[in-house]
Amino acid sequence: MEYINIFLRSAFVENMVLAYFLGMCSYLAVSKTLKTAVGLGLAVIFVLAITAPVNWLFRTYLLEEGALEWLHPSMANVDLTFLTFIAFIAVIASMVQLVEMIIERFSPSLYNSLGIFLPLITVNCSILGGSLFMVQREYDFGEAIVFGLGSGFGFFLAIIALASIREKLRYSHVPPALRGLGIAFIVTGLMGIAFMSFMGISL
Amino acid sequence: MQFLRNQLDAIEEKVKDNKYLHTTFDAIHTFLYKPNHVSKASGGVHIHDGMDLKRTMFMVVVAMQLALVFGMWNIGHQHYAAHGMMQGLGEGLFTKFLFGMFQMLPIIVVANLVGLGIEFIFAAKRGHAVEEGFLVSGMLIPLIMPPAVPLWMVAIATAFAVIIGKEAFGGTGMNPLNIALLARVFVFFAYPTEISGDSVWVVENAPNFINSMLGLGAPAGQALVDSFSGATPLALAAKGGWSNVLSQYTVSEMFWGTIPGSIGETCKPAIIIGALMLIGMGIASWRIMLSMIIGAAVMGLLLNLGGEFISVSMLKLPEANPFFAVPWYYHYIMGSFFFAMAFMATDPVTAAQTNTGKWIYGFLIGVCGIIVRVMNPAYPEGWMLAILFCNVFAPLIDNYVIQSNIKRRLARGH
Repeated sequence: MEYINIFLRSAFVENMVLAYFLGMCSYLAVSKTLKTAVGLGLAVIFVLAITAPVNWLFRTYLLEEGALEWLHPSMANVDLTFLTFIAFIAVIASMVQLVEMIIERFSPSLYNSLGIFLPLITVNCSILGGSLFMVQREYDFGEAIVFGLGSGFGFFLAIIALASIREKLRYSHVPPALRGLGIAFIVTGLMGIAFMSFMGISL
Repeated sequence: MQFLRNQLDAIEEKVKDNKYLHTTFDAIHTFLYKPNHVSKASGGVHIHDGMDLKRTMFMVVVAMQLALVFGMWNIGHQHYAAHGMMQGLGEGLFTKFLFGMFQMLPIIVVANLVGLGIEFIFAAKRGHAVEEGFLVSGMLIPLIMPPAVPLWMVAIATAFAVIIGKEAFGGTGMNPLNIALLARVFVFFAYPTEISGDSVWVVENAPNFINSMLGLGAPAGQALVDSFSGATPLALAAKGGWSNVLSQYTVSEMFWGTIPGSIGETCKPAIIIGALMLIGMGIASWRIMLSMIIGAAVMGLLLNLGGEFISVSMLKLPEANPFFAVPWYYHYIMGSFFFAMAFMATDPVTAAQTNTGKWIYGFLIGVCGIIVRVMNPAYPEGWMLAILFCNVFAPLIDNYVIQSNIKRRLARGH
C-alpha cells in the first residue's frame, strides 16, 4: 500500500516538473514534438528508476556516517557524507551512458533527434533531485525504486502533455516575441496551475 | 429548425416595409441565420447551415440566460433569508430579483469592460478582427464567481485570463485552457483568504448604493439571523458527511437551487435546460456530458464502496472520512457539477476534438473532479481544477486517438 501511495504522490501530487520545477532545461528543449518527448520521457523514467535505488545502496553502504562498518569495525566512525553529490552524479552519469548506448543500438533515429539532450540527462536536476529527495525523506530500498519510477512517470506525463500542446500551438497565432521558449514557459505555468488539483491530498 | 425559418419568413413579409420594425427583425435574423451561405445539394460535401462563430457564441450565451436569471433572484433570496426577511420562496419575487440584479450587473459590466477592452487593444495592435469569443467568457466569468466577490478581483482575474490564457496564444480558438476557469482559478489561488470560506456565498451587507439609493436589501446594520451559516452543501459535507448536509438543506432545495453557491451554479433544472439546448443545436458535445456523468458515477461508487479502506490505509486518517460515504448520486446536485458539465467541459476549443477522445476526456473529468472534491481537503469543489487538468491532456488524448485510427486503417488495408 505504501508503495502505491509513494508512486501516486511522486507522479501527481509532488510532480518533479510541475510542482518543484526541476528538470526544466530538457523539459522545455525536447518538447517540440511528441515523438522525441516520449523518447526522453522514457529515458528519464529508466534513469530515475535505476539511479534512485543504486544511490540508495551507495549511501547506505558507503557514504553515511558509520556506513563502512561492514568492512571493518574500526571504520565505524568514518563519515563520507561530503562525497554524496559527487558519488550521486557519478552514478547518474554512468547510468546515462548506459541508456545512451541502448538507445543508439535500438533506435538510431531517436538517438539523433534527442541529440545533446540525451547525455545532458546527467545534469538534469530532476534526476539528482530524485536521489536527494530520496535521502531527505528516508526511503528504504523498495520505496526508493518506486519513488524513482513514480517521479520518472510524472516527468514523462508532464513532458508528453507539453509536447502535444506545443504541437497544437503550431497552428495558433502566438505573438512573435513569445514564440518558442516564451510560450512554452507560459504553458508550463498554466499546467502547473492545473496540476495543483492534487496538491493537498496527503497520501 | 425549419419551423423557425418559416416563422421568420412569414414575419419578414409583414415587417420589411415597416420603417422601425425591420431593423429589429434584421438584428434577430442576423443572429439566428447570418451568414446563410448554404451550398447546393449537388453531390459531394455540402453545407446545410452556415453556422459561424458569432452565432455559436451567441447561442451559448442564450443557453445561460435561465441560470443567470435564477442566479440573480437567488442572490436576493439568500440575502433576505440571511436577515430573516421574506423567507418564503414566493415572497417578494421582484424585490429579490432587483436586489440580485443590482449586485450582479456590476460584475458583468466589469468582466466585459476589462475583457473586451483587452481584446480590442490586442486586435488593434496585432491587426486581426475582434472575435466574438469573449461574449461567452464575459458571461461565464460572472456566473462562476461567488456573489460577494469584490469587483477589483473580477477585473484582475479577467485581465489575467484574457492576456495570459488567450491573447498570448493568439486569441479566440487558440487557447489550451478554458478562459473562464482560468479567471476563477486565479481568484481562488491569488486571494484564498478573501474568496473561500463561508462568508462569500451570500451577500451579507448590501453595497451602499443598493441600500440607500434604491432602498433594496435589509436595512444597514440589521443583524443576521442566528441559524444563518452561509455554508454551501459541499462545505457541510466535508465537515460531517451527508447527514450534516441534510441538517441544513433538503434534496429538493439543492436540486432547485435555493442554496448558497456561485451565482450561476445552483439551479440544476435551468442548467439542464441550457445543456439540452446546446446539445439540440449541435454546439456542445453530448459525448462529453454523458461520459462525465458516467465518470463521476464510477468514482463516486468506488469511494462509497472503498471509503473506509481509502481513508484509513491510503490517506492515513484515523477513521473513515464521512464525505466518502455521501451516496454517489447526490454528488450531482451538490456544488457545480452540472454547470461545469454543460458550459465548461464542453468548450469546443479546449476539449478533445475526436469522438473517442471526447469519451475519454469526459470520463477523466468525472473521475478527477470527484477525487479533488472528496479526497482533497484543500479545495471545496473539484470541477474547476479537474477540467483544467484534463484540458492539459486533451491534445495528448486526441493525438493518440488519431494515431490508433491511422494504425487500424493501415492494418485494414485501405
